[in-house]
Amino acid sequence: MLNNFVMPDLYPAAPEIFLLLMSFLVLFVDLAFGATQRWMAAMLTAVTLMGCAAITLAGVDGQTVLTFSGMFVDDLLSDFLKLLTYLAVIMMLIYSRRYLADRGLDKGEFYVLVLYATLGMMVMISAANLLTMYLGLELMSLSLYGLVAIDRDSPRATEAAMKYFVLGALASGLLLYGMSMIYGATGSLEIGGVAQALYHEQADKSVLVFGLAFLVAGVAFKLGLVPFHMWIPDVYHGAPTAVTMFIGSAPKLAAFAMALRLLVYALMGLAVEWQKMLLIMAVLSIGLGNLAAIAQTNIKRMLAYSAISHMGYMALGMMSGLVGGELDPFTAVNAYSSALYYTVAYVMMSLGAFGMVLLLSRAGYEAENLEDFKGLNQRSPWFAAMMLIIMFSMAGIPFFVGFFAKFAVLLAAIKAGYTTVAVIAVMFSLIGAFYYLRVVKLMYFDAPVDAAPIKAGLDLRVLLSLNGLAVAAFGLFPDALMTVCTTALIRSL
Amino acid sequence: MSTQLLSLAIWVPILGALPVFALGSERRGLVRWLSLAVAVAGFLVTLPLYTGFDATLASMQFVEQAPWITRFNVQYLLGVDGISMPFILLNSLITVLVVLAGWEVIEEKQAQYMGAFLIMSGLMNGIFSALDGVLFYVFFEASLIPMYIIIGAWGGPNRVYAAIKFFLYTLLGSLLMLVALIWLFLESGGSFSILDWHQLRIGLTPQILIFIAFLVSFAVKVPMWPVHTWLPDAHVEAPTGGSVVLAAIALKLGAYGFVRFSLPIVPDASHYMAPFIISLSLIAVIYIGFVALVQTDMKKLIAYSSISHMGFVTLGFFIFNQIGIEGALVQMISHGFVSAAMFLCVGVMYDRMHSRMIADYGGVVNTMPKFAALFVFFAMANSGLPATSGFVGEFMVILGAIKFNFWVGFAAATTLILGAAYTLWMVKRVVFGDVGNAHVAELKDIGGRELLVLGLLAACVLAMGVYPFPFTEVMHSSVDNLLKHVAMSKLQ
Repeated sequence: MLNNFVMPDLYPAAPEIFLLLMSFLVLFVDLAFGATQRWMAAMLTAVTLMGCAAITLAGVDGQTVLTFSGMFVDDLLSDFLKLLTYLAVIMMLIYSRRYLADRGLDKGEFYVLVLYATLGMMVMISAANLLTMYLGLELMSLSLYGLVAIDRDSPRATEAAMKYFVLGALASGLLLYGMSMIYGATGSLEIGGVAQALYHEQADKSVLVFGLAFLVAGVAFKLGLVPFHMWIPDVYHGAPTAVTMFIGSAPKLAAFAMALRLLVYALMGLAVEWQKMLLIMAVLSIGLGNLAAIAQTNIKRMLAYSAISHMGYMALGMMSGLVGGELDPFTAVNAYSSALYYTVAYVMMSLGAFGMVLLLSRAGYEAENLEDFKGLNQRSPWFAAMMLIIMFSMAGIPFFVGFFAKFAVLLAAIKAGYTTVAVIAVMFSLIGAFYYLRVVKLMYFDAPVDAAPIKAGLDLRVLLSLNGLAVAAFGLFPDALMTVCTTALIRSL
Repeated sequence: MSTQLLSLAIWVPILGALPVFALGSERRGLVRWLSLAVAVAGFLVTLPLYTGFDATLASMQFVEQAPWITRFNVQYLLGVDGISMPFILLNSLITVLVVLAGWEVIEEKQAQYMGAFLIMSGLMNGIFSALDGVLFYVFFEASLIPMYIIIGAWGGPNRVYAAIKFFLYTLLGSLLMLVALIWLFLESGGSFSILDWHQLRIGLTPQILIFIAFLVSFAVKVPMWPVHTWLPDAHVEAPTGGSVVLAAIALKLGAYGFVRFSLPIVPDASHYMAPFIISLSLIAVIYIGFVALVQTDMKKLIAYSSISHMGFVTLGFFIFNQIGIEGALVQMISHGFVSAAMFLCVGVMYDRMHSRMIADYGGVVNTMPKFAALFVFFAMANSGLPATSGFVGEFMVILGAIKFNFWVGFAAATTLILGAAYTLWMVKRVVFGDVGNAHVAELKDIGGRELLVLGLLAACVLAMGVYPFPFTEVMHSSVDNLLKHVAMSKLQ
């Protein structure tokens, strides 16, 4: 048997391997120096991610390479998404440095779990096989469950972790069940193989559609689309803000990759079916997300509902690829790149919004109520302006990146003939504008309640400023990011 | 150099606002002078637009073109014709006056106040000069942000309600327009250029749908009856400068949208819907005129008067003749001067008395003679007295309306009575008679700065009333061209 073994090409998976090895190092370092030198684990984590970025960057060649017997793929899309993931995770680490230290959460476990979650996302992004996808997803999810519960003295966080775990396990079960159906119908677990089988119409359609429903449910859970959104508000609210920021940023990129690889790459042949499912979920998400956000007084909960609505808009782009059963490459690329662009823009805004919450928090005080934003303009005009940019961007007001993301998605939807849906979506974004406006109102029109000076470190201040300015800059010059998204998609199809 | 004028008109005030913000609110003297310098510079760069304008051409002038979003063929495409060019000058001039008007009155966060107005000014110049649908939309919506902050941060007691109402009302309209713009992009085979859309042939049903989408957007902005209810709230609560910019410029954006989008792109639907628009306009003119009559708050009265005057503008557009449309455009500019002046006058009194109620005044002429003279003059202009700018526009629209249909013209003409009634009655109660109370007796007359602001506006109103030729001259060719588009059926 042994002489049949062919060493797989490890090069495409080099970032993952590097990260895994480094995570052991982080564990050891924490064991040896963790009690006295906590900064070492954090620093090493950041170095690891930067190393991953360097390896990924060095490997960007626009070629699609399969390895591990076709279970793992390295293409331009995966490089792009991974680089964004590293960036989001590094930003999260910088944002939350003080927050974690103030609460005694900057333990080695935190960093190791973050690294493993990141590894999970990377595997999801590069999955070329249903099982690889599942492995990546589980690695990410299990690490995230642990992270939510990292503050074990907080009953709210523990409850959130429990909810997240139970619902997440259910969703994983659904997904796995769906995958087994697909495997049963097509005889393949490989994404390319499934697509081939569908293309040649060898598979039993009723079994496929049955499996598809479970698959879509699993994907929708990870994206947080209605009616699989129940965990989002509780987890966002219950988790420590640093972890909320983590959950609200990079995993969205991985979930997008999962949706794209499963639905588009593997099951394009069933697009007519899953587009209908996504349509319903998108409209419900946009509606419920925007309506429920109005009622929130806690900004983390508000951002959670806002996340639901944003993922609804993203799904709107995702479901607009196929028009009238005819596959037109231009329309398809247009739609999927708009969804990708939306996800990237959302992650950028989400990091900034949670960064603001972290900015206002301090030792022994969680600035997580909307009230805490009152009179921010008097306390710090600069950061009030940054938050204003982020809020208006989320509301989809130009000149900010959020507008162009909505614009691209709406254009794709209208092009696919969903004009009515587009009108419904914009009407709900009008409702959504209200709660973003309320944050601006609190900052600019009200007097401060919490008059304590803002005591964030320089690193957080600089990063938050850059983040806010990026939201504005990518809005003033949207061309570059849009082109990159489109290119990454075209070259990886 | 000359080809970058429009970009300068947009970006000089916006970029100039950044150092104003950076100065912070501590150094008030510096903030004011820098703001004034930026506003004046912003005005000066627009002057060559008038002097270098070729009135014989109907095409776009000072065109600038650069790719912006290549994937959707969105361009940074700017240009003005005789219809839009005067508004850029008007807007930049009004900004100078607004900066002057807020000189001493604004005590809190003056740097942010001035900066917000400068940004607003640049964005509105962008709206008037954008020839790309997305660029237009982006400026159109972005201009909501500074106005939202201006009303909400420096407004009256009910400012938060007014600011949010203002924002959501206008956003409601513009979102539907976005859908229409995207639809036109797809229909035109991938172009967002407004001028390309002017050549587009569209079936009647989609034309009507597009017309309605634009109508919702522009009608809210104008505002037309019955979607006008945000305006009195916004005006009453906004600080003086906010009211001035709203009345003088922001309301014109909606009307401008009709001539740039609705009429030339969907002319058949415009004809089809004209009776409806004319009815709404007449309701605005007459019914809102009566509403203005019963107001007890001066700012509210002027706000309703604005709605009534804007009814004239939409009426002028939808009777589809040269004199009507030109009259409407003249009315827009004239209303820009007159309403700005009226709000500034109320602001002058409010700064001294902290009341806008008519009942709190009486006999102001006894203590503020210089001010009273100017206020009465603007009131006359507001009611359409000949030899003021208010007369020219109204008269032209009434002429056009009579040409179109005698009874429409007749109904429109009632404004000459109504407008005079509500304006002059207010003036009588506020300015004339015996000194109303002890507070009025203590009033100080206007100082040099206020005199300068009001005097400048008075000169404009008078000049335009006596000799409107320089204003109408630049419009002729463009209006001719517009009428050609409107007369041509664009059905498929």
